[in-house]
Amino acid sequence: MSSTAAGAAAPIDAARTPADRRHINRLGLLVALGGITMLFAAFTSAYIVRSGGGDWTALELPPVLWMSTALIVASSLTLELARRAFQRGSLPSFRSWSAATAALGTGFLASQYAAWLSLNEAGIYLQSHPKSSFFFVLTGVHAVHLLAGVVALLALFGLAAAGRLVPGRSDAPTLTAIYWHFVGGLWIYLLAVLSLLG
Amino acid sequence: MEHEKQGFVSKYIFSFDHKMIGKQYFTLAMSMGFIGGILAVLIRLQLGFPSQPWPFLENLFPVGMASGIMTPEFYVSLFTMHGTIMVFFLLSLLPVSGFGNFLIPLQIGARDMAFPFLNMLSFWTVVPGAIIIIISFFVEGGAAASGWTAYPPLSAIRSAIPGSDLGQTLWLVGMIFFVASFTMGGLNFVVTILNLRTKGLRMMRMPLTTWAQFVVGILGLLSFPALAAGALLLTFDRSLGTSFFLPAGIFIGDTLMPHEGGTPLLWQHLFWFLGHPEVYIIMLPAMGFTSDILATFCRRPIFGYRSMVYAIMAIGTLSFLVWGHHMFVSGMSPFLGSLFVVTTLAIAIPSAVKAFNWLFTIARARIQFTSASLFGLGVVSLFVTGGLTGIFLGTNAVDIQLHDTYFVVGHFHFIMAGAGLFGAFGAVYYWYPKMFGRMLSERLGKIHFWITFVAYYAVFFPMHYLGVSGMMRRIYDPNVYEFLQPLQPVNLFITIAAFVLFAGQLIFIYNYFVSMRRGAPATANPWNAAGLEWSTPAYPGHGNWEGEIPPAHRWPYDYSEPGKKRDFTPQWEA
Repeated sequence: MSSTAAGAAAPIDAARTPADRRHINRLGLLVALGGITMLFAAFTSAYIVRSGGGDWTALELPPVLWMSTALIVASSLTLELARRAFQRGSLPSFRSWSAATAALGTGFLASQYAAWLSLNEAGIYLQSHPKSSFFFVLTGVHAVHLLAGVVALLALFGLAAAGRLVPGRSDAPTLTAIYWHFVGGLWIYLLAVLSLLG
Repeated sequence: MEHEKQGFVSKYIFSFDHKMIGKQYFTLAMSMGFIGGILAVLIRLQLGFPSQPWPFLENLFPVGMASGIMTPEFYVSLFTMHGTIMVFFLLSLLPVSGFGNFLIPLQIGARDMAFPFLNMLSFWTVVPGAIIIIISFFVEGGAAASGWTAYPPLSAIRSAIPGSDLGQTLWLVGMIFFVASFTMGGLNFVVTILNLRTKGLRMMRMPLTTWAQFVVGILGLLSFPALAAGALLLTFDRSLGTSFFLPAGIFIGDTLMPHEGGTPLLWQHLFWFLGHPEVYIIMLPAMGFTSDILATFCRRPIFGYRSMVYAIMAIGTLSFLVWGHHMFVSGMSPFLGSLFVVTTLAIAIPSAVKAFNWLFTIARARIQFTSASLFGLGVVSLFVTGGLTGIFLGTNAVDIQLHDTYFVVGHFHFIMAGAGLFGAFGAVYYWYPKMFGRMLSERLGKIHFWITFVAYYAVFFPMHYLGVSGMMRRIYDPNVYEFLQPLQPVNLFITIAAFVLFAGQLIFIYNYFVSMRRGAPATANPWNAAGLEWSTPAYPGHGNWEGEIPPAHRWPYDYSEPGKKRDFTPQWEA
């Protein structure tokens, strides 16, 4: 056992087997998603409370949001194809499907940006009224989370290029996919809140 | 030479070893606690000797103590930062981040935490937060001054009071670092405890300390995001002109603020949804330490282990359902208030279960009075004292009278601050041999305990009397009210006791640092304790156990079994 001073430099993996490590990583991710869920639960409850205020104004959601929605749903499908390709051991197919996912994700962010611009053109800004404030906050915080997913995809490319993604051993594609699907589902939820509540 | 230097950095600075990270948290938390203590001394200086000049202090605080007299603005900053630093940077960091990291792998039989890199990252995320919080004293306008609860509008309008400007901004930035660090830590706790227990260590065989840290990890993960959400919305209100928390019609001087429609109540809900679980984030580890310490030094199995575990879970669950009891006078619906009274009083049940279990553990035991067990007994005492006043305050009819008085200050300094602090002290005395391979001085430890215990009661018990007499919680100079003037001798007494309390802590700091080098060398199991952490070498290295990790054959509380020669059976023995 490396209990010497030299061993102190590197981290010790406390997991006993690779299967343990995979389980630990997945559980860690799920717990983190629990935290993110609570963040948006807090925003939702603030939204509901604030929508009871006298100055609450309806906001017509920019139609480009439907395009965002289509893009993010498509990106989940392509990432699922990428993940399955990886599990089959087909790395080239994995690479092209995950590249498509990153492109669709970036497209989603661009589409969200277009939605913000279209509101601005209509004279609606962050501070215009409470619903517009919530619109920008919710979509903005969500976009930050999706951006983290894009970064994770880029990291996957880096790992694949360095030959460190080994089908049957590496779990990073699955972890990224779980996160990505979660952020996609979160968008559907936010869209429902923004269009149905208040 | 170059090589040795690298070794120092990776061993002491960017270490992956959970024990070193735990000790890094200790150093940070104790430094912050020392600063928080100085702030308390300054607060008491003003209340004991209202508006009396202290010319030498002008050199230290040229603005806040101009010509030696404390300004009201500085006083408000002092109690705001005292609360913030003590609640988050001492009482959360020391028992949870410090002892959680240090103890969890040792107590469950793991080589390290589940995510060592994340662990290092979480420490180095909280450090900038702490620095920003301290620096905020030195910006224009001084530190934040809206209380540790940062209620709008004081916290939301930059021009409200001097501390509302840069100081409040830095407060928010510092807290965001803290929240990020603390949630990373909580994630690590939960995953480590669920996955890395050694063979035979079923959940129901875990020490109560680890049980408490497990529930604390969950509480942190579920409650801190609410504060993050609130802090983000508050930042937008401050800087970007939104009105989440700000109603119409606020004048600052002669200027009408542009906000409308928001409600400060919304902040209070978001804040206390974190704030109340936070109280138990502080309390639960202290309860765990106390259980482990009392069992060892009473040479008794902890009484009612299962009920202790269920009580921890019940307290954790109920802590999410009681936040409204901080808001009885906020104008919320009295019907809703009554619901919060019911949930609040319900928390007395699992709390009483714990207190009675400790008493049954102690009852007719031959207690070994060490520094650790004295502090453990201190926790029980403070917990009962503070718990009883909690029943007063949890009832809205009484709370409406006592809210924002010194009764509340006395109450939470007993139950949360005091019990949390005594628990942490007990834990340091108990696990110090494992941390540094040396023993603390027992003699100094006992002196430290008696000064702290007596001074603690002397400071905070009379505060209940002040509160019932009507002294307001955040008042700068009570003597401006004629009806509070007769209470000045009580305030003076409290101030003197507070100075003694602070001086007593210097003994601890001396003992802690000097014993690291000069303390008697510790054996692997100096207390003859049964928990798994005592199966490691006297000063465990990275990886904790030299050979195989021992399996757990039993729970960690097998003391004084009838018919056995030795008065304890270690967890790792069949």
